[in-house]
Amino acid sequence: MKQSIVLDLSKLPAHGLGAASLTWWGTLAFMLIEGTGFALSIVVYLYLMSLAPQWPLNAPPPDLLPGTALTALLVASFLPNILVARWAGQQNLEKVRVGLIIMSLLGVAPLIVRIFEFPAMHISWDQNAYGSIVWVMLGLHTTHIITDLIDTVVLTCLMFSRHGDNPRRYGDVSDNAMYWNFVVATWLPMYICLYWVPRL
Amino acid sequence: MRTARILQLSIIAAVAGCSGNQSALDPQGAPAIHVEHLIIGITVICAAVWLLVMIVLGWALLRKRPSDSSQPGERSLTISVGSAVAATVIIITGLTIASFYTTRGIGLPENAALTITVRGQQWWWQVNYADPDPALSFQTANEIHIPVGQDVRVQLESADVVHSFWVPSLAGKQDLVPGRSNSLLLRAERPGIYRGQCAEFCGLQHTHMAMMVVADKPADYERWIAAQRQNGVMPTDPDAVAGKVAFLSKPCAACHTVRGTPATGTTGPDLTHIGSRKTIAAGLLETTRGSLAAWIADPQTLKPGNNMPMVPLTSVELRDISAYMESLK
Amino acid sequence: MTIREDGQNLRDTGLGEIELDHRLSATWSTPSGLWGALSSVDHKIIGRRYIVTAFVFLALGGLLAMAMRLQLSQPEARFIGPDRYNQIFTMHGTNMMFLFAVPVMEAMAVYLVPLMVGTRNIAFPRLNAFSYWMYLAGGLLLWIAFAVDTGPDIGWFAYVPLSGPQYAAGKRADIWAQMITFTEVSALAVAVEIVVTVFKQRAPGMSLDRIPLFVWSMLVTSFLIILAMPAIMIASSTLILDRLVGTHFFNPAEGGDVLLWQHLFWFFGHPEVYIIFLPAVGMVSTIVATFTRRPVFGYLAMVMALVATGVLAFGLWVHHMFVAGLPRLGESFFTASSMAIAIPAGLQIFCWLATMWAGRPVFRTPFLFVIGFMVIFVIGGMTGVMVASVPFDTQVHDTYFVVAHFHYVLVGGAVFPLLGAIYYWFPKITGRMMSETLGRWVFGLIFTGFNLTFFPMHILGLQGMPRRIYTYQPEMPWSGLNMFVSLSAVILAAGFLLFFIDAIRSSATGATAPANPWGASTLEWATSSPPPPYNFARLPVVGSLEPLSNNPETLPVASGLSVDRRELIVSSVVEALPEARESSPDNSIWPLWSALATTVLLIWSIFTPWAVVWGSIPVSIALIGWFWPKGTPEDDA
Repeated sequence: MKQSIVLDLSKLPAHGLGAASLTWWGTLAFMLIEGTGFALSIVVYLYLMSLAPQWPLNAPPPDLLPGTALTALLVASFLPNILVARWAGQQNLEKVRVGLIIMSLLGVAPLIVRIFEFPAMHISWDQNAYGSIVWVMLGLHTTHIITDLIDTVVLTCLMFSRHGDNPRRYGDVSDNAMYWNFVVATWLPMYICLYWVPRL
Repeated sequence: MRTARILQLSIIAAVAGCSGNQSALDPQGAPAIHVEHLIIGITVICAAVWLLVMIVLGWALLRKRPSDSSQPGERSLTISVGSAVAATVIIITGLTIASFYTTRGIGLPENAALTITVRGQQWWWQVNYADPDPALSFQTANEIHIPVGQDVRVQLESADVVHSFWVPSLAGKQDLVPGRSNSLLLRAERPGIYRGQCAEFCGLQHTHMAMMVVADKPADYERWIAAQRQNGVMPTDPDAVAGKVAFLSKPCAACHTVRGTPATGTTGPDLTHIGSRKTIAAGLLETTRGSLAAWIADPQTLKPGNNMPMVPLTSVELRDISAYMESLK
Repeated sequence: MTIREDGQNLRDTGLGEIELDHRLSATWSTPSGLWGALSSVDHKIIGRRYIVTAFVFLALGGLLAMAMRLQLSQPEARFIGPDRYNQIFTMHGTNMMFLFAVPVMEAMAVYLVPLMVGTRNIAFPRLNAFSYWMYLAGGLLLWIAFAVDTGPDIGWFAYVPLSGPQYAAGKRADIWAQMITFTEVSALAVAVEIVVTVFKQRAPGMSLDRIPLFVWSMLVTSFLIILAMPAIMIASSTLILDRLVGTHFFNPAEGGDVLLWQHLFWFFGHPEVYIIFLPAVGMVSTIVATFTRRPVFGYLAMVMALVATGVLAFGLWVHHMFVAGLPRLGESFFTASSMAIAIPAGLQIFCWLATMWAGRPVFRTPFLFVIGFMVIFVIGGMTGVMVASVPFDTQVHDTYFVVAHFHYVLVGGAVFPLLGAIYYWFPKITGRMMSETLGRWVFGLIFTGFNLTFFPMHILGLQGMPRRIYTYQPEMPWSGLNMFVSLSAVILAAGFLLFFIDAIRSSATGATAPANPWGASTLEWATSSPPPPYNFARLPVVGSLEPLSNNPETLPVASGLSVDRRELIVSSVVEALPEARESSPDNSIWPLWSALATTVLLIWSIFTPWAVVWGSIPVSIALIGWFWPKGTPEDDA
């Protein structure tokens, strides 16, 4: 088939950023998958609650302190996270490096609090269905914190390597920041579900 | 309705050998009859729609095309497609409404004459006839008697996995779900034996988990109830007397109950009146002394994987125990 | 945003055709040899592998079906014992749903969607390679387990408690649950790739209203996968937890619930039907358009019907639970919603009929399969309306009526279009034509065999024959029809055998195919058969819904892309206006290592929960290796 050139694309940038980036859309799609998973876990929690004669099953409501502390930490991480995304948008290598180190630390901190969160539930996963769903919800969210933490640490290393100063990397940093926002945002309904619904 | 009748007859004629004791097309109870009417109604309408679509398909493909390449107007196509969609909406709305009305017709009435509790187990049916007076309550297995022409409420529970209670000639099916209690309206318009079997896959011997529903005339039903309330008969036949001794001394009694004897096991079916039941091993074999002997001698070959172990017996013991079982009318 | 002006950034603008092909081939080719094969990220190579693997699983699943028909051909037959039979029907269902039907549809999309939207590779090509390896590993896990008599024996929907810790000793149920994880990971990965490919990699000018219907159907399907599969992931994971570490999700004695499993499973399981059916709808539309020599009537209506079906698909799941004892009022709602799905389905049927009426049909093999689809699928739709009615369903649920129904829907609704699609796109994929003569025989045998096999099952079901029984007693009035069904299955099997013979023979010795043998109008036919590694020498520019029909001689294209890195165009979601020249990842072995590490983790975790901890270390290492920049031209920006 003969070809006739009707469009010249040589002036286009060699890499798309934000909504013009494939990774941005891919991250969004994975967030949709995982968000559905989180939503379903809440549905399972509420479903089991609707069947139970009393809730929580054979356990007092969870202690508020560790979960609330973790929520506060996650919410507090929101601001530096937004800043990192903005610095990445400005392609400011120094600030992004500092920001990523802070975000790595802010990824480790909730994991430490999480260690105290499981016992604060006053129930083990193998005692009854309430214990099972509570542990699975905490576990599910914990794996997301860990995944994003690993991602952040690897990105931090990359930003200190020769591959750092590259628009593609800055795109990765802002996608990673977007994913952390997702990890924070999904925690809020889970926090309400785990800590406040049993007190209704 | 006339065409429906003709279609029904032709279906029944087409499926030769339709013995009628386990078929949704041979309903003998009000719930099944209601559903059969719905089945025929929907089938006739759907068959007509399908035929119409096929005629249009054939015509669309094979019609003579005008020799000039003039295209038919998009507008007339839009009108055709639009009206076909509108017809679809009307038809499915009608079918939905018909379905709602049938659902109401087969629902449980406020007060049924009788409640029977059926507990599904791998792979047999425990049947409980409860009475406010515990002395009048009794348990049996795999055979349910109901009085003809009366609404019977069957309460469905499961001891292990999900089963499904289905006697197609009398009613649609209903699952037996562990941790939950379901119920079903059962009703027979005519005396007879209606076969049913488990319809939800429940493991190795799902295949051999049948039950008989016997619809008795009221007097017969009362006689049956009275007989079932009795303890197991004292055998008189010498083989059977020896069989009772063997039965009680062997592991049999650990799993089975024969009321009025020290045998009070509850893992397996209650055998108090096993000789009166039409079949053994959940519809597997007709009850005869021979089939009882065959079953006791080697249950694992007849129904591989079932929970009855092979108990080592001498041939004399086997003969005696089968005689005893047969005597338990 | 630095555009490097040194020698490494040669553009296609001034290059002649031969030079361009030479340069692009050097950049895009998969190296020959085993290493090249294992590290390829070309969507065509992976798509082809996917399709072939799925058809191998189809053949294996068919053999299982024949084994079941042998056992059921006469009452109390003793060919197969109950334990093996239960494994066989579980394997048949699991294999056909998870290893054949969903993967084969995604496989067709992996091959075709990038070509149809006019781009050079699928989005996230390494993820694509990873997804294939995961799929292969999941399939091997299931079949090796079956070969060593550890195949799952709990039915393809694995109802608890039969599949739970108390009633399913051993590892059979775990194999089933973990196989789900493998196939879901791979399906989700492909779904993400397709969504992003369709959203962001369409050729300049392919605005939303110019997307081919097959691509639309795959887009909707991918969203169904994204929203439905998390439910089965949660279900299978909680089942494994119940079995492995003693959680109580499904244990009613400790506050769990048996019906929770059924809700979760069918919340996935019903959309699953549309995940299989909607791609087939897209194939039908494509074939109808080509062989009636006119565009499908009612493009907008077809797209709306696809979307409506996708939305409704999530409101139907309870109709699989009509006899589980849920409140009647709620069930009635699901009757109404299940009936309502007939409206978009009917709309599509009517649009195809209108297209056929208005067009000039050419009766080639792909079109024959579409006609067969119309005949069979409409029956399946009608019986679907039947089982949507609660009272009707109480009599036919879990009987051979339902077996007949879903084979009419899935084989008639999906396999017929798929076979048509294979005949249709075979020349594009292999560069060779399949035999038209054999094709007619294949169609005739499969169409006849299918109907003779499955139609009588409706009657068997109404006559009281439950599904999943390994035998029946001679007193039951079922032996005649069962024998008839078993004999008819031989005709059906002969049809499939002939299809495989035709496909294998044609791929080696079939007539050479031109670029556009059917005179079709979508972009995949604008390039050679089979396409070069870079798909299009210059990416096409689209000005209409049928880019090849306006001017079949000349293709409008865009220039200005780099030829010495893998480069394609990222365009805007709605208008498909070019936004960037984007690089597409180079071949890599890391997806294979990642899939192997994940496989070790998943299989190990059947035995101990600690596998998740220790097994994730190699997975993390492999993933870091995957994403760590290698300093290739593709990493430039």
